[in-house]
Amino acid sequence: MTARPAPPLSRRLSRVLVYLAAILVALYILAPIYLIAVMAFSPRAVVYGYPKPLLPTQISLETISFFINSYGILDSVKNSVLVAVFTLVISLAIGAPAGYALARYIFPGGDIYRILILSTRAFPVVILSIPLITTYISWGLDDSALGVALLHTAMALPTTILVTSSIFVGVSKDLEEAAMTMGCTRAGAFRRVALPLALPGLAASAIFTFMLSWNEVFAAAILTLQNQTLPARLIVQLNQSPIPFRFAGGFFILVPAIVFMLFARRYLFSLWGVKLR
Amino acid sequence: MKPRRRANLEPYLLLLPSLAYLAVFFAWPMVQAFGLAFRADDGRWTAEFFQRMIGDAAFWPALRTTLILVVTIIPLQFILALIMALLATAGLRGAGALIYFYALPIAVSDLAAGIVWFSIFTERGYLNTILQGLGLLERPFIFLQYGATWSLIAVILAEVWRATSIVFVILVAGLQGIPKEYHEAAEVFGAGWFARLRRITLPLLRPSIQVALILRTILAFQVFAVVVALTGDGVKVLASEAYQWYSQWRNLNVAAAYAALILAISLLSTVIYLRALRTRTEALTV
Repeated sequence: MTARPAPPLSRRLSRVLVYLAAILVALYILAPIYLIAVMAFSPRAVVYGYPKPLLPTQISLETISFFINSYGILDSVKNSVLVAVFTLVISLAIGAPAGYALARYIFPGGDIYRILILSTRAFPVVILSIPLITTYISWGLDDSALGVALLHTAMALPTTILVTSSIFVGVSKDLEEAAMTMGCTRAGAFRRVALPLALPGLAASAIFTFMLSWNEVFAAAILTLQNQTLPARLIVQLNQSPIPFRFAGGFFILVPAIVFMLFARRYLFSLWGVKLR
Repeated sequence: MKPRRRANLEPYLLLLPSLAYLAVFFAWPMVQAFGLAFRADDGRWTAEFFQRMIGDAAFWPALRTTLILVVTIIPLQFILALIMALLATAGLRGAGALIYFYALPIAVSDLAAGIVWFSIFTERGYLNTILQGLGLLERPFIFLQYGATWSLIAVILAEVWRATSIVFVILVAGLQGIPKEYHEAAEVFGAGWFARLRRITLPLLRPSIQVALILRTILAFQVFAVVVALTGDGVKVLASEAYQWYSQWRNLNVAAAYAALILAISLLSTVIYLRALRTRTEALTV
């Protein structure tokens, strides 16, 4: 963290103002999450009621259990997890080798490949679900978890490639070469040296992919009919659903994302912020 | 750091699966989207579906709303994200926690964000509770009325809340790359805080700003779940119309026409950004 010099005016006063501003913005971010949590843990009568309580006066699991026991919700949660796991496995299996190649080799076409991967960001990927409907029908992948996961992989793959590449750049190549001079094969050096060192970063990349898939709505809603993921199921029936169902549902998709964020926090900047060259 | 292995087949074999994958699940569907949008069932080219899309009563409102959302949300996000990034790097105590809180909405899905803000803006929601509690309202106000300006404002607030974090993270990373000496030198020469912000911070942040602009604009053209969760079909956008045409009316061709339109607008905006900000493709790197 670069410490910036404090504003010149009256140092102390401006310091207080800066803290105040920082706290205000944090409240703007956190308050809505807090409020939906209050709703999710209030009994249904309170959720329907008005005015709404700002503090959790009666804590109850009634609203959440009503949501979880609603028809089809548990199945859709299972589908969501399945799709997300498929997505992270496929995108790591395909993306990590490519990232490794970008980090370790100089070869003609490497830069073109990199630019190609980068330029995918200029395309609205979610929209691709519409043409994929017909393809999936002819492949027998329509309304399947795998079908949704394949599209989610297309969304996650460019990021996976770039992030794994930066992770492998960070793992010293000398260690791998040392292992090879001591008799490891190329693959053996990768498996015994580079892979274990890269593992935490790869895990963060996997968490990112899981989150992307868990949160994605549009493609999941377009590509499924019966085997919906949780967000797809919610968006389809949301506006016909009672208020407690909506609030508990919103809270339910929110929680895993926030927990994941706690784990991925250290890698935040390598996932979204850092320039990879 | 510098790779120096001699060129052989290995890297190409490692890249091949990803190229094949993107060809099948990225490039080909893109081509297909235009095929679906512009070709009739018997294979001849037609503007029929496009005309049907444009002729639909919801088309112009959806296009207009999408554009309004893009031009309001993105500037707001950049101002807020810059403020947040400056606060997070101001050397405050607890800056780690601050960065975590500010980045938190990155993990929040657009659907969840829509529902969260629905609990605030709905008639029997938190905003009315607070306004009435403060005596500013006599009875609950219906913010999310069908097609009302307030619905649009609610969508803008929810999107700014949800998607500013990504801009924030990109800007913080950019700020961390600016050498401290620049600021110290400027301070020695008597530059005040604003002068340093304008003359040093912002120009050096330009690459980060470009990246964030392109990313956010493309995502903003696809805005969907926030709008549906907050307003039902009270506010129409391009993506929600594409969804409607397929899920309600099972018309793949018109849905694809919407997809093709979103694609075209997104690419156009990227080209404009790249031109106007004179950057190379590499700036897309995040």
